[in-house]
Amino acid sequence: MDSSEFTYPEPAGLAEGRIGEKMVLNIGPSHPATHGVLRLKLELDGELVTRADPMVGYLHRGQEKVAENLTYNQFIPFTDRLDYLAPICNNVAFAQCVEKIAGIEVTPRCKAARVIACELSRICSHLVGLASYGMDAGSWTVFMYCFTQREKIMTLFEQLTGARMTSSYARIGGLARDIPEGWLGNVNAFCNQFLPAFDEIDKLITRNRIFIDRTEGIGVISAEEAMQWALTGPNLRGSGVATDIRKDFPYLGYADYEFDVPIGVHGDCYDRWLVRMEECRQSVRIIRQAIEKMPDGPCNVSNPRVTLPPKDKVLRNMEDLINNFIVATEGPAIPEGEAYFEADNPKGALGFYIISKGAGVPYRVKIRAPSFITLSAMQHILPGHHMSDVPVILGSMDFVLGECDR
Amino acid sequence: MNRKNIAEELSFLKPRATSDGMAAFDCPPDRLLEAARALKERFECQTLTDIASVDMGLSAGEGRFGCVYHFFSHTKKFYVRLAAMCRSAAEPRLPSLTGVYPSADWLEREAFDLMGITFDGHPRLRRILMWEGYPYHPLRKDFPLAGLPAPLPDTFEGNEDATKVVPAPEEGGPFHSASESSGFSPQREPRSWEGKPGGR
Repeated sequence: MDSSEFTYPEPAGLAEGRIGEKMVLNIGPSHPATHGVLRLKLELDGELVTRADPMVGYLHRGQEKVAENLTYNQFIPFTDRLDYLAPICNNVAFAQCVEKIAGIEVTPRCKAARVIACELSRICSHLVGLASYGMDAGSWTVFMYCFTQREKIMTLFEQLTGARMTSSYARIGGLARDIPEGWLGNVNAFCNQFLPAFDEIDKLITRNRIFIDRTEGIGVISAEEAMQWALTGPNLRGSGVATDIRKDFPYLGYADYEFDVPIGVHGDCYDRWLVRMEECRQSVRIIRQAIEKMPDGPCNVSNPRVTLPPKDKVLRNMEDLINNFIVATEGPAIPEGEAYFEADNPKGALGFYIISKGAGVPYRVKIRAPSFITLSAMQHILPGHHMSDVPVILGSMDFVLGECDR
Repeated sequence: MNRKNIAEELSFLKPRATSDGMAAFDCPPDRLLEAARALKERFECQTLTDIASVDMGLSAGEGRFGCVYHFFSHTKKFYVRLAAMCRSAAEPRLPSLTGVYPSADWLEREAFDLMGITFDGHPRLRRILMWEGYPYHPLRKDFPLAGLPAPLPDTFEGNEDATKVVPAPEEGGPFHSASESSGFSPQREPRSWEGKPGGR
């Protein structure tokens, strides 16, 4: 490998006055600091990164091609494998986009259940993000504390969906199953013990001198740059841009909940840490409100062309059996049209652009993966930093390769 | 309001039917760059959020390939969709937006890789998700779901032991890969769009 193989040129004036010989360093695709199968090709001048070339695609499964050959509901398990740290958020984002084409408005109970599940996923994903970020900065204790809490959310997911990570919880027009009895009480109990435990994590590291020294003023992204590079979610808000799709285009009835959107000031790694910490607390706020006003009623829309009939009817009535068979084999009847929907996921805005030609199978599904966009900005962010800062910056951006490579 | 303003100022854009109520327009490919500049400078669309490459199938003739762009304004909070279809199906080309929006960089590389659309003016148009040297563009509608046999990269660069890459076995399941011995059979495709309206 030599420097001529780099995709992008070196930023002007970076190594000015330096006489060091350039060296090419290859990190990954299997390396603990790259959080998955990311391969980073760095050009170094001594300790200074002069060029960065992230190489992705090691986890490419052709999900967009697969989607064109499966019915809408069959594709939902594939969305679990996008951002596998917050699978329910992906399920919901996909279902919301399809419902947008079909003009389906889900029931109030379904909305509230989706909100609780999504916000739990957000905490869950942020806990992993914070844990590995802390570990990249040298704090092993925070990792263990975060994973203890995450394990409790995993147990809640298991009670709700039957699976810890591959939840496949949403369906077009509703949910795979209603909330089990007593589950809301368990979520409430989790929230009650979570906030003090989270304060403990906060005290462990947020004012830690070593951590601040390693993150303050490192990986600075200005608001202008963040918008230009299409960053979204906590990475964008860390740079001081108050764009949160839950506030700006309230889907799932987010307008009924009271919550704040934390933003950073400097756009450095430390600000991104603070934004994620605060988002976890805001999520607890949303969950508590959703539990309080959880409406009764059905969790699926009653549209026989879209949702499956209740199981007890399928086993007794011929018509419902036929209906069940048709929806399960041909997929939900979605009219012709196209829609783009972005959901504010823990990693950023996960967008689906779906073209329907009026069948149970989509004609084209484009997945806008926030991690892909985040990594595309690395060629711009990493140069000019020291090699030792690279893992910290990567940790602060919180990406997932399953989503990036699709 | 924004929809009207954009349609008035950029008269070459034609309104496009949508199901989601977004301001959507069809844009001639040679004026795409002009439209993107105008959106950024005059309509405060700071972000290009997504580029979706589309293949409308062999029946669409020369205008088969294209891209659907989504722009977002952080200050005014609205999305704009522009669809630009390439003029030629044999050699699909579109102007690159990398000079206006840096985020177009990887998105265009992805469209080039998976759909085979060339972006004029992109600084380094390379494959991104598939490996360098892969001969096909898998998101095209005439590419079979089961895949086509393709040479694997022999070794990966910098691998001094020259370990051979051996493909993983893909036997069983609906996504059966067409091996060279069995040959490709279209019957194995779960669903095919071409020639069968409705998808089955």
